[in-house]
Amino acid sequence: MTGDRAVVTVLGEDRVGIVAAVSAALATQGVNIEDIRMATMGDLFTMIALVSLTSTAAPFAEIQTALTGAAEALGVQAHIYRREIFDAMHRI
Amino acid sequence: MTFAEDEILQTIRMVTVERLDIRTVTLGVSLLDCAHPDTAAAAGRVYSKVMRSAAALVATADAVAREYGIPIVNRRVSVTPVAWVAAACDDGDPVPIARALDRAAAELGIDFIGGYAALVHKGATDSDARLIASLPEALAVTHKLCGAVNAASSRAGINIDAVRDLGRAIRDLAQATADAGGAGCAKFVVFANAVEDNPFMAGAFHGPGEPELALHTGVSGPGAVRAALATLGPDASLTEVAEEVKRIAFKVTRAGELIGREVAARLGVPFGVCDLSLAPTPAVGDSVAAILEEIGVDAAGAWGSTAALALLTDAVKKGGAMASASVGGLSGAFIPVSEDAAMDAAAAAGHLSLEKLEAMTAVCSVGLDMVALPGDTTPDLLSAIIADELAIGVVNHKTTGARLVPVPGARPGDIVNFGGLLGRATVMPINQAGASRMLARGGRIPAPLHSLRN
Repeated sequence: MTGDRAVVTVLGEDRVGIVAAVSAALATQGVNIEDIRMATMGDLFTMIALVSLTSTAAPFAEIQTALTGAAEALGVQAHIYRREIFDAMHRI
Repeated sequence: MTFAEDEILQTIRMVTVERLDIRTVTLGVSLLDCAHPDTAAAAGRVYSKVMRSAAALVATADAVAREYGIPIVNRRVSVTPVAWVAAACDDGDPVPIARALDRAAAELGIDFIGGYAALVHKGATDSDARLIASLPEALAVTHKLCGAVNAASSRAGINIDAVRDLGRAIRDLAQATADAGGAGCAKFVVFANAVEDNPFMAGAFHGPGEPELALHTGVSGPGAVRAALATLGPDASLTEVAEEVKRIAFKVTRAGELIGREVAARLGVPFGVCDLSLAPTPAVGDSVAAILEEIGVDAAGAWGSTAALALLTDAVKKGGAMASASVGGLSGAFIPVSEDAAMDAAAAAGHLSLEKLEAMTAVCSVGLDMVALPGDTTPDLLSAIIADELAIGVVNHKTTGARLVPVPGARPGDIVNFGGLLGRATVMPINQAGASRMLARGGRIPAPLHSLRN
Protein backbone atom coordinates (compact mmCIF):
# COMPACT_ATOMS: atom_id res chain seq x y z
CA MET A 1 0.00 0.00 0.00
CA THR A 2 3.06 2.22 -0.20
CA GLY A 3 2.10 5.25 -2.26
CA ASP A 4 4.11 7.03 -4.92
CA ARG A 5 3.56 10.62 -3.82
CA ALA A 6 4.81 12.66 -0.94
CA VAL A 7 4.29 16.13 0.49
CA VAL A 8 7.30 18.38 0.99
CA THR A 9 7.05 21.33 3.35
CA VAL A 10 9.63 24.03 3.95
CA LEU A 11 9.31 26.59 6.74
CA GLY A 12 11.69 29.27 7.84
CA GLU A 13 13.02 32.78 7.52
CA ASP A 14 12.81 34.02 3.94
CA ARG A 15 16.06 34.39 2.04
CA VAL A 16 17.44 34.10 -1.47
CA GLY A 17 17.70 30.61 -2.92
CA ILE A 18 15.41 28.47 -0.79
CA VAL A 19 13.28 27.22 -3.68
CA ALA A 20 16.34 26.74 -5.85
CA ALA A 21 18.18 24.71 -3.24
CA VAL A 22 15.20 22.56 -2.31
CA SER A 23 14.31 21.94 -5.96
CA ALA A 24 17.89 21.05 -6.77
CA ALA A 25 18.06 18.58 -3.89
CA LEU A 26 14.87 16.89 -5.06
CA ALA A 27 16.02 16.89 -8.71
CA THR A 28 19.32 15.29 -7.78
CA GLN A 29 17.36 12.47 -6.17
CA GLY A 30 15.20 12.08 -9.26
CA VAL A 31 12.08 13.37 -7.50
CA ASN A 32 9.56 15.19 -9.73
CA ILE A 33 7.69 18.23 -8.39
CA GLU A 34 4.05 18.03 -9.51
CA ASP A 35 2.59 21.00 -7.70
CA ILE A 36 4.17 23.75 -5.65
CA ARG A 37 2.85 26.66 -3.62
CA MET A 38 4.70 29.32 -1.77
CA ALA A 39 3.74 32.10 0.53
CA THR A 40 5.51 34.63 2.69
CA MET A 41 3.99 36.02 5.85
CA GLY A 42 6.23 38.85 6.91
CA ASP A 43 9.68 37.27 7.19
CA LEU A 44 8.30 33.73 7.31
CA PHE A 45 8.57 31.69 4.15
CA THR A 46 6.42 28.60 3.60
CA MET A 47 6.54 26.22 0.71
CA ILE A 48 4.40 23.17 0.14
CA ALA A 49 5.01 20.81 -2.76
CA LEU A 50 3.40 17.61 -3.94
CA VAL A 51 6.07 15.38 -5.41
CA SER A 52 6.08 12.12 -7.33
CA LEU A 53 8.40 9.30 -6.33
CA THR A 54 7.72 7.15 -9.40
CA SER A 55 10.61 8.80 -11.25
CA THR A 56 13.20 7.83 -8.65
CA ALA A 57 14.81 4.63 -7.44
CA ALA A 58 16.36 6.35 -4.42
CA PRO A 59 15.29 5.01 -1.01
CA PHE A 60 12.95 7.31 0.91
CA ALA A 61 15.46 7.79 3.71
CA GLU A 62 18.06 9.02 1.22
CA ILE A 63 15.68 11.55 -0.32
CA GLN A 64 14.76 12.72 3.16
CA THR A 65 18.40 13.17 4.15
CA ALA A 66 19.21 15.12 0.98
CA LEU A 67 16.20 17.39 1.46
CA THR A 68 16.71 18.15 5.13
CA GLY A 69 20.43 18.65 4.52
CA ALA A 70 19.79 21.26 1.83
CA ALA A 71 17.26 23.02 4.05
CA GLU A 72 19.49 23.07 7.10
CA ALA A 73 22.27 24.66 5.06
CA LEU A 74 19.88 27.60 4.50
CA GLY A 75 18.67 27.68 8.09
CA VAL A 76 15.13 26.53 7.26
CA GLN A 77 13.20 23.39 8.18
CA ALA A 78 12.06 20.87 5.59
CA HIS A 79 9.94 17.76 5.93
CA ILE A 80 8.91 15.09 3.47
CA TYR A 81 6.06 12.76 4.40
CA ARG A 82 4.18 10.23 2.31
CA ARG A 83 0.90 11.77 1.25
CA GLU A 84 -1.24 8.97 2.74
CA ILE A 85 -0.82 10.48 6.19
CA PHE A 86 -2.58 13.66 5.04
CA ASP A 87 -5.30 11.64 3.31
CA ALA A 88 -5.83 9.71 6.53
CA MET A 89 -6.00 12.71 8.80
CA HIS A 90 -7.98 15.13 6.65
CA ARG A 91 -10.23 13.03 4.38
CA ILE A 92 -13.01 10.68 5.38
CA MET B 1 -2.89 19.73 -4.93
CA THR B 2 -5.62 17.93 -3.03
CA PHE B 3 -4.90 19.46 0.37
CA ALA B 4 -5.30 22.94 1.68
CA GLU B 5 -2.18 24.53 3.11
CA ASP B 6 -3.72 24.78 6.54
CA GLU B 7 -4.40 21.03 6.60
CA ILE B 8 -0.81 20.23 5.77
CA LEU B 9 0.52 22.75 8.24
CA GLN B 10 -1.83 21.45 10.94
CA THR B 11 -0.38 17.96 10.58
CA ILE B 12 3.17 19.30 10.71
CA ARG B 13 2.31 21.38 13.79
CA MET B 14 0.62 18.47 15.55
CA VAL B 15 3.78 16.42 15.15
CA THR B 16 6.47 19.00 15.73
CA VAL B 17 4.91 21.21 18.40
CA GLU B 18 2.07 19.28 20.01
CA ARG B 19 3.89 15.97 20.25
CA LEU B 20 1.44 13.89 18.30
CA ASP B 21 2.92 10.44 18.17
CA ILE B 22 2.10 6.80 18.04
CA ARG B 23 2.80 5.62 21.55
CA THR B 24 3.43 2.06 20.52
CA VAL B 25 3.32 -0.55 17.84
CA THR B 26 2.93 -3.86 19.63
CA LEU B 27 3.35 -7.22 17.92
CA GLY B 28 1.28 -9.96 19.54
CA VAL B 29 2.92 -13.38 19.35
CA SER B 30 1.29 -16.68 20.27
CA LEU B 31 3.54 -18.93 22.35
CA LEU B 32 1.09 -21.82 22.57
CA ASP B 33 3.34 -23.95 20.34
CA CYS B 34 6.29 -23.43 22.69
CA ALA B 35 5.11 -25.59 25.60
CA HIS B 36 7.52 -28.40 26.55
CA PRO B 37 7.93 -30.67 29.60
CA ASP B 38 11.55 -29.57 29.96
CA THR B 39 11.62 -25.96 31.17
CA ALA B 40 14.93 -25.17 29.49
CA ALA B 41 13.58 -26.48 26.20
CA ALA B 42 10.39 -24.45 26.61
CA ALA B 43 12.43 -21.31 27.33
CA GLY B 44 14.53 -21.99 24.24
CA ARG B 45 11.44 -22.36 22.09
CA VAL B 46 9.97 -19.13 23.50
CA TYR B 47 13.19 -17.25 22.79
CA SER B 48 13.36 -18.56 19.21
CA LYS B 49 9.70 -17.86 18.48
CA VAL B 50 9.90 -14.25 19.67
CA MET B 51 13.19 -13.62 17.87
CA ARG B 52 11.83 -15.09 14.65
CA SER B 53 8.46 -13.34 14.79
CA ALA B 54 9.70 -9.87 15.72
CA ALA B 55 13.02 -9.83 13.86
CA ALA B 56 11.99 -6.97 11.57
CA LEU B 57 9.75 -5.07 14.01
CA VAL B 58 12.13 -2.29 15.04
CA ALA B 59 13.55 -1.57 11.57
CA THR B 60 10.09 -1.60 10.00
CA ALA B 61 8.55 0.66 12.63
CA ASP B 62 11.46 3.09 12.26
CA ALA B 63 11.13 3.20 8.48
CA VAL B 64 7.37 3.77 8.56
CA ALA B 65 7.71 6.47 11.21
CA ARG B 66 10.26 8.28 9.06
CA GLU B 67 8.28 8.06 5.84
CA TYR B 68 4.95 9.15 7.29
CA GLY B 69 6.40 11.71 9.64
CA ILE B 70 4.69 10.45 12.78
CA PRO B 71 7.10 9.35 15.52
CA ILE B 72 6.61 5.88 17.01
CA VAL B 73 7.73 6.12 20.63
CA ASN B 74 7.83 2.45 21.61
CA ARG B 75 8.17 -0.89 19.83
CA ARG B 76 6.81 -3.73 21.90
CA VAL B 77 5.92 -7.41 21.85
CA SER B 78 3.08 -9.07 23.73
CA VAL B 79 2.89 -12.82 24.19
CA THR B 80 0.52 -15.55 25.30
CA PRO B 81 0.09 -15.52 29.10
CA VAL B 82 3.18 -17.32 30.31
CA ALA B 83 1.21 -19.33 32.88
CA TRP B 84 -0.27 -21.32 29.97
CA VAL B 85 3.08 -21.92 28.31
CA ALA B 86 4.71 -22.97 31.60
CA ALA B 87 1.82 -25.25 32.56
CA ALA B 88 3.41 -28.13 30.66
CA CYS B 89 6.81 -27.79 32.36
CA ASP B 90 7.60 -30.68 34.70
CA ASP B 91 9.39 -28.58 37.33
CA GLY B 92 6.73 -25.84 37.09
CA ASP B 93 9.16 -22.93 37.36
CA PRO B 94 8.19 -20.11 34.95
CA VAL B 95 11.21 -17.87 35.71
CA PRO B 96 13.47 -19.33 32.97
CA ILE B 97 10.78 -18.34 30.47
CA ALA B 98 10.79 -14.82 31.94
CA ARG B 99 14.53 -14.64 31.38
CA ALA B 100 14.17 -15.95 27.82
CA LEU B 101 11.59 -13.28 27.00
CA ASP B 102 13.75 -10.55 28.49
CA ARG B 103 16.81 -11.72 26.57
CA ALA B 104 14.84 -11.72 23.32
CA ALA B 105 13.56 -8.20 24.04
CA ALA B 106 17.08 -6.93 24.67
CA GLU B 107 18.46 -8.51 21.52
CA LEU B 108 15.59 -7.27 19.35
CA GLY B 109 16.06 -3.72 20.68
CA ILE B 110 12.37 -3.37 21.59
CA ASP B 111 11.24 -1.29 24.55
CA PHE B 112 9.02 -3.75 26.44
CA ILE B 113 7.75 -7.29 26.22
CA GLY B 114 4.49 -8.11 27.96
CA GLY B 115 2.68 -11.28 28.87
CA TYR B 116 4.19 -12.62 32.07
CA ALA B 117 0.58 -13.11 32.92
CA ALA B 118 -2.15 -15.29 34.36
CA LEU B 119 -5.92 -15.10 34.08
CA VAL B 120 -7.36 -16.13 37.44
CA HIS B 121 -10.65 -14.23 37.66
CA LYS B 122 -12.55 -17.36 38.55
CA GLY B 123 -9.74 -19.42 40.01
CA ALA B 124 -6.07 -20.22 39.60
CA THR B 125 -4.58 -23.32 38.00
CA ASP B 126 -1.43 -24.76 39.55
CA SER B 127 0.57 -22.98 36.88
CA ASP B 128 -1.22 -19.67 37.55
CA ALA B 129 -0.40 -19.96 41.25
CA ARG B 130 3.25 -20.67 40.50
CA LEU B 131 3.43 -17.67 38.19
CA ILE B 132 1.92 -15.36 40.82
CA ALA B 133 4.39 -16.69 43.41
CA SER B 134 7.26 -16.10 40.98
CA LEU B 135 6.35 -12.46 40.18
CA PRO B 136 8.76 -10.81 42.65
CA GLU B 137 11.71 -12.80 41.31
CA ALA B 138 10.73 -12.79 37.63
CA LEU B 139 10.16 -9.04 37.40
CA ALA B 140 13.19 -8.21 39.54
CA VAL B 141 15.71 -10.23 37.51
CA THR B 142 14.42 -8.95 34.16
CA HIS B 143 14.45 -5.45 32.68
CA LYS B 144 11.97 -5.20 29.80
CA LEU B 145 9.46 -7.84 30.85
CA CYS B 146 6.03 -6.75 32.05
CA GLY B 147 3.43 -8.79 33.90
CA ALA B 148 -0.30 -8.78 34.48
CA VAL B 149 -2.85 -10.81 36.37
CA ASN B 150 -6.56 -10.67 35.60
CA ALA B 151 -8.15 -11.22 39.00
CA ALA B 152 -11.75 -10.22 38.28
CA SER B 153 -14.33 -10.05 35.52
CA SER B 154 -17.92 -8.94 35.16
CA ARG B 155 -18.82 -12.55 34.38
CA ALA B 156 -16.92 -14.22 37.19
CA GLY B 157 -16.69 -11.65 39.98
CA ILE B 158 -13.58 -10.92 42.02
CA ASN B 159 -11.15 -13.65 43.02
CA ILE B 160 -10.29 -12.40 46.51
CA ASP B 161 -7.86 -15.27 47.17
CA ALA B 162 -5.80 -14.05 44.21
CA VAL B 163 -6.16 -10.40 45.25
CA ARG B 164 -4.80 -11.30 48.70
CA ASP B 165 -1.81 -13.13 47.16
CA LEU B 166 -1.15 -10.23 44.80
CA GLY B 167 -0.89 -7.70 47.63
CA ARG B 168 1.96 -9.78 49.02
CA ALA B 169 3.54 -10.25 45.59
CA ILE B 170 3.54 -6.49 44.95
CA ARG B 171 5.09 -5.76 48.36
CA ASP B 172 7.77 -8.41 47.75
CA LEU B 173 8.41 -7.14 44.23
CA ALA B 174 8.89 -3.61 45.58
CA GLN B 175 11.40 -4.90 48.13
CA ALA B 176 13.20 -6.98 45.49
CA THR B 177 13.67 -3.80 43.45
CA ALA B 178 14.19 -1.47 46.43
CA ASP B 179 17.39 0.04 45.00
CA ALA B 180 15.31 1.36 42.08
CA GLY B 181 12.50 2.76 44.23
CA GLY B 182 10.39 -0.37 43.86
CA ALA B 183 10.35 0.15 40.10
CA GLY B 184 9.63 -3.53 39.51
CA CYS B 185 6.05 -2.72 40.46
CA ALA B 186 5.85 -0.30 37.52
CA LYS B 187 6.02 -3.38 35.29
CA PHE B 188 3.04 -5.14 36.83
CA VAL B 189 -0.70 -4.53 36.78
CA VAL B 190 -3.72 -6.28 38.28
CA PHE B 191 -6.80 -6.16 36.04
CA ALA B 192 -10.53 -6.58 36.06
CA ASN B 193 -11.87 -7.40 32.59
CA ALA B 194 -8.41 -7.48 31.00
CA VAL B 195 -8.53 -7.12 27.21
CA GLU B 196 -6.78 -9.59 24.96
CA ASP B 197 -5.43 -7.14 22.40
CA ASN B 198 -4.18 -4.27 24.55
CA PRO B 199 -0.97 -2.80 23.12
CA PHE B 200 -0.15 -0.76 26.24
CA MET B 201 2.14 -1.79 29.09
CA ALA B 202 2.31 -3.06 31.69
CA GLY B 203 -0.82 -5.02 30.83
CA ALA B 204 -0.26 -6.18 27.25
CA PHE B 205 -0.65 -9.88 26.54
CA HIS B 206 -1.68 -11.91 23.50
CA GLY B 207 -5.04 -13.37 24.41
CA PRO B 208 -6.56 -16.76 23.58
CA GLY B 209 -8.83 -15.38 20.87
CA GLU B 210 -5.97 -13.79 18.96
CA PRO B 211 -4.36 -15.15 15.78
CA GLU B 212 -0.81 -16.49 15.58
CA LEU B 213 0.54 -12.96 15.15
CA ALA B 214 -1.18 -9.55 15.22
CA LEU B 215 0.12 -6.00 15.03
CA HIS B 216 -1.63 -3.47 17.26
CA THR B 217 -1.10 0.27 17.63
CA GLY B 218 -1.72 2.54 20.56
CA VAL B 219 -2.14 6.19 19.71
CA SER B 220 -1.32 9.09 21.99
CA GLY B 221 -1.72 12.79 21.41
CA PRO B 222 -2.94 14.55 24.57
CA GLY B 223 -0.81 17.55 23.57
CA ALA B 224 -2.72 17.92 20.30
CA VAL B 225 -6.07 17.75 22.12
CA ARG B 226 -5.02 20.36 24.66
CA ALA B 227 -3.74 22.69 21.95
CA ALA B 228 -7.00 22.41 20.03
CA LEU B 229 -9.01 23.24 23.15
CA ALA B 230 -6.75 26.20 23.88
CA THR B 231 -7.54 27.55 20.41
CA LEU B 232 -11.24 27.10 21.12
CA GLY B 233 -10.99 29.51 24.04
CA PRO B 234 -12.70 29.75 27.42
CA ASP B 235 -16.13 30.77 26.08
CA ALA B 236 -16.81 27.63 24.06
CA SER B 237 -19.57 25.51 25.58
CA LEU B 238 -18.86 21.99 26.80
CA THR B 239 -20.77 20.66 23.79
CA GLU B 240 -18.31 22.49 21.56
CA VAL B 241 -15.41 21.20 23.66
CA ALA B 242 -16.61 17.63 23.19
CA GLU B 243 -16.98 18.15 19.44
CA GLU B 244 -13.44 19.53 19.19
CA VAL B 245 -12.03 16.55 21.11
CA LYS B 246 -13.86 14.25 18.70
CA ARG B 247 -12.36 16.02 15.71
CA ILE B 248 -8.81 15.76 17.02
CA ALA B 249 -9.31 12.18 18.20
CA PHE B 250 -10.45 11.32 14.69
CA LYS B 251 -7.29 12.71 13.14
CA VAL B 252 -4.98 11.17 15.71
CA THR B 253 -6.65 7.79 15.32
CA ARG B 254 -6.50 7.90 11.54
CA ALA B 255 -2.78 8.46 11.82
CA GLY B 256 -2.48 5.51 14.22
CA GLU B 257 -4.52 3.24 12.03
CA LEU B 258 -2.54 4.14 8.90
CA ILE B 259 0.80 3.58 10.63
CA GLY B 260 -0.41 0.29 12.14
CA ARG B 261 -1.71 -1.07 8.87
CA GLU B 262 1.46 -0.09 7.05
CA VAL B 263 3.75 -1.68 9.65
CA ALA B 264 1.55 -4.81 9.62
CA ALA B 265 1.60 -5.00 5.82
CA ARG B 266 5.37 -4.66 5.65
CA LEU B 267 5.81 -7.33 8.34
CA GLY B 268 3.31 -9.58 6.58
CA VAL B 269 1.15 -10.02 9.70
CA PRO B 270 -2.54 -9.19 10.23
CA PHE B 271 -3.40 -5.79 11.64
CA GLY B 272 -5.05 -6.18 15.02
CA VAL B 273 -6.52 -3.10 16.67
CA CYS B 274 -6.00 0.59 17.05
CA ASP B 275 -6.20 1.48 20.74
CA LEU B 276 -7.67 4.97 21.05
CA SER B 277 -6.18 5.86 24.39
CA LEU B 278 -4.81 9.30 25.15
CA ALA B 279 -1.53 8.29 26.74
CA PRO B 280 0.48 11.02 28.45
CA THR B 281 4.24 11.14 28.86
CA PRO B 282 6.26 13.06 31.48
CA ALA B 283 7.16 15.65 28.80
CA VAL B 284 5.69 19.09 29.47
CA GLY B 285 2.40 19.53 27.61
CA ASP B 286 1.96 15.84 26.80
CA SER B 287 -0.55 15.56 29.59
CA VAL B 288 -4.11 14.36 30.15
CA ALA B 289 -4.29 16.40 33.35
CA ALA B 290 -3.48 19.52 31.30
CA ILE B 291 -6.53 18.78 29.13
CA LEU B 292 -8.72 18.66 32.24
CA GLU B 293 -7.28 22.02 33.26
CA GLU B 294 -7.91 23.39 29.77
CA ILE B 295 -11.53 22.23 30.02
CA GLY B 296 -11.75 24.28 33.18
CA VAL B 297 -10.99 22.37 36.36
CA ASP B 298 -8.39 23.98 38.60
CA ALA B 299 -6.19 20.87 38.75
CA ALA B 300 -6.45 17.15 38.20
CA GLY B 301 -8.27 15.84 41.26
CA ALA B 302 -10.15 19.08 41.89
CA TRP B 303 -13.93 18.80 42.17
CA GLY B 304 -15.23 18.57 38.63
CA SER B 305 -12.36 16.37 37.47
CA THR B 306 -14.49 13.25 37.18
CA ALA B 307 -17.04 15.06 35.03
CA ALA B 308 -14.36 16.58 32.79
CA LEU B 309 -12.64 13.21 32.43
CA ALA B 310 -15.96 11.55 31.56
CA LEU B 311 -16.48 14.09 28.77
CA LEU B 312 -12.93 13.56 27.51
CA THR B 313 -12.99 9.75 27.56
CA ASP B 314 -16.33 9.62 25.78
CA ALA B 315 -15.38 12.16 23.12
CA VAL B 316 -12.11 10.35 22.39
CA LYS B 317 -14.03 7.12 21.84
CA LYS B 318 -16.64 8.75 19.62
CA GLY B 319 -14.07 10.50 17.44
CA GLY B 320 -11.77 7.52 17.31
CA ALA B 321 -14.40 4.87 16.67
CA MET B 322 -15.36 6.50 13.40
CA ALA B 323 -11.73 6.79 12.34
CA SER B 324 -10.73 3.17 12.72
CA ALA B 325 -12.07 -0.04 11.23
CA SER B 326 -10.79 -1.99 14.19
CA VAL B 327 -10.91 -0.34 17.57
CA GLY B 328 -9.79 -2.34 20.57
CA GLY B 329 -7.49 -2.45 23.52
CA LEU B 330 -8.33 -0.11 26.36
CA SER B 331 -9.44 2.97 24.38
CA GLY B 332 -10.13 6.07 26.46
CA ALA B 333 -7.83 8.27 28.50
CA PHE B 334 -5.01 7.17 30.77
CA ILE B 335 -4.39 8.91 34.05
CA PRO B 336 -1.09 7.50 35.30
CA VAL B 337 0.21 9.73 38.07
CA SER B 338 3.96 9.44 37.58
CA GLU B 339 3.80 9.47 33.77
CA ASP B 340 1.91 12.76 33.58
CA ALA B 341 3.76 15.80 34.92
CA ALA B 342 0.56 17.76 35.62
CA MET B 343 -1.01 14.77 37.42
CA ASP B 344 2.03 14.50 39.67
CA ALA B 345 2.02 18.24 40.29
CA ALA B 346 -1.63 17.99 41.37
CA ALA B 347 -0.77 15.12 43.72
CA ALA B 348 2.17 17.04 45.18
CA ALA B 349 -0.04 20.11 45.73
CA GLY B 350 -2.62 18.01 47.55
CA HIS B 351 -5.38 18.42 44.96
CA LEU B 352 -5.27 14.80 43.84
CA SER B 353 -5.96 12.30 46.59
CA LEU B 354 -5.96 8.55 46.21
CA GLU B 355 -9.69 8.50 46.85
CA LYS B 356 -10.39 11.09 44.13
CA LEU B 357 -8.16 9.21 41.76
CA GLU B 358 -10.20 6.09 42.40
CA ALA B 359 -13.37 8.00 41.57
CA MET B 360 -11.82 9.25 38.32
CA THR B 361 -10.94 5.68 37.33
CA ALA B 362 -14.67 4.92 37.13
CA VAL B 363 -14.80 7.02 33.96
CA CYS B 364 -11.28 6.67 32.49
CA SER B 365 -9.96 3.75 30.54
CA VAL B 366 -7.78 2.01 33.08
CA GLY B 367 -7.38 2.60 36.76
CA LEU B 368 -5.08 3.45 39.64
CA ASP B 369 -2.03 3.71 37.46
CA MET B 370 1.55 4.36 38.52
CA VAL B 371 0.61 5.47 41.99
CA ALA B 372 3.52 5.77 44.43
CA LEU B 373 2.56 4.71 47.97
CA PRO B 374 4.43 4.82 51.28
CA GLY B 375 6.94 2.00 51.77
CA ASP B 376 5.22 0.72 54.90
CA THR B 377 1.92 0.08 53.09
CA THR B 378 0.96 -3.44 54.14
CA PRO B 379 0.12 -6.21 51.67
CA ASP B 380 -3.44 -6.25 53.03
CA LEU B 381 -3.86 -2.53 52.36
CA LEU B 382 -2.55 -3.04 48.82
CA SER B 383 -5.01 -5.90 48.36
CA ALA B 384 -7.90 -3.83 49.68
CA ILE B 385 -7.08 -0.97 47.27
CA ILE B 386 -6.91 -3.48 44.42
CA ALA B 387 -10.23 -5.06 45.44
CA ASP B 388 -11.94 -1.65 45.37
CA GLU B 389 -10.50 -0.84 41.96
CA LEU B 390 -11.53 -4.20 40.52
CA ALA B 391 -15.05 -3.79 41.92
CA ILE B 392 -15.44 -0.58 39.88
CA GLY B 393 -14.55 -2.48 36.72
CA VAL B 394 -16.67 -5.53 37.48
CA VAL B 395 -19.83 -3.60 38.25
CA ASN B 396 -19.43 -1.12 35.38
CA HIS B 397 -18.49 -3.73 32.76
CA LYS B 398 -15.22 -1.98 32.00
CA THR B 399 -11.54 -2.67 32.30
CA THR B 400 -9.91 -1.35 35.43
CA GLY B 401 -6.41 -1.95 36.71
CA ALA B 402 -4.13 -1.22 39.60
CA ARG B 403 -0.45 -0.52 39.09
CA LEU B 404 0.69 0.35 42.60
CA VAL B 405 4.24 1.07 43.68
CA PRO B 406 4.84 0.89 47.45
CA VAL B 407 8.20 2.66 47.39
CA PRO B 408 10.51 1.02 49.95
CA GLY B 409 11.50 3.41 52.71
CA ALA B 410 9.45 6.28 51.29
CA ARG B 411 7.00 8.46 53.20
CA PRO B 412 4.15 10.61 51.91
CA GLY B 413 5.51 13.63 50.05
CA ASP B 414 8.78 11.96 49.10
CA ILE B 415 9.64 12.07 45.42
CA VAL B 416 10.67 8.96 43.53
CA ASN B 417 12.07 8.94 40.01
CA PHE B 418 11.40 5.88 37.88
CA GLY B 419 13.06 7.30 34.75
CA GLY B 420 12.05 7.48 31.11
CA LEU B 421 8.38 7.14 30.22
CA LEU B 422 7.61 5.94 33.76
CA GLY B 423 8.34 9.44 35.03
CA ARG B 424 8.53 10.66 38.63
CA ALA B 425 5.97 10.59 41.36
CA THR B 426 5.22 12.15 44.69
CA VAL B 427 4.42 9.48 47.27
CA MET B 428 0.73 9.81 48.12
CA PRO B 429 -0.61 9.61 51.67
CA ILE B 430 -2.88 6.68 52.36
CA ASN B 431 -5.75 5.94 54.70
CA GLN B 432 -4.36 3.22 57.02
CA ALA B 433 -7.72 1.59 57.67
CA GLY B 434 -8.13 -1.47 55.50
CA ALA B 435 -10.10 -4.68 55.17
CA SER B 436 -7.90 -7.48 56.51
CA ARG B 437 -10.84 -9.33 58.01
CA MET B 438 -12.74 -9.26 54.72
CA LEU B 439 -9.68 -10.46 52.81
CA ALA B 440 -9.09 -13.25 55.35
CA ARG B 441 -12.48 -14.69 54.51
CA GLY B 442 -11.13 -15.54 51.05
CA GLY B 443 -13.30 -16.87 48.27
CA ARG B 444 -14.83 -14.99 45.40
CA ILE B 445 -17.09 -11.96 45.33
CA PRO B 446 -19.85 -13.17 42.98
CA ALA B 447 -20.47 -11.57 39.63
CA PRO B 448 -23.10 -8.83 39.68
CA LEU B 449 -26.66 -9.59 38.67
CA HIS B 450 -26.31 -7.82 35.36
CA SER B 451 -23.70 -10.39 34.31
CA LEU B 452 -26.66 -12.65 33.55
CA ARG B 453 -27.21 -11.29 30.08
CA ASN B 454 -28.01 -14.39 28.06
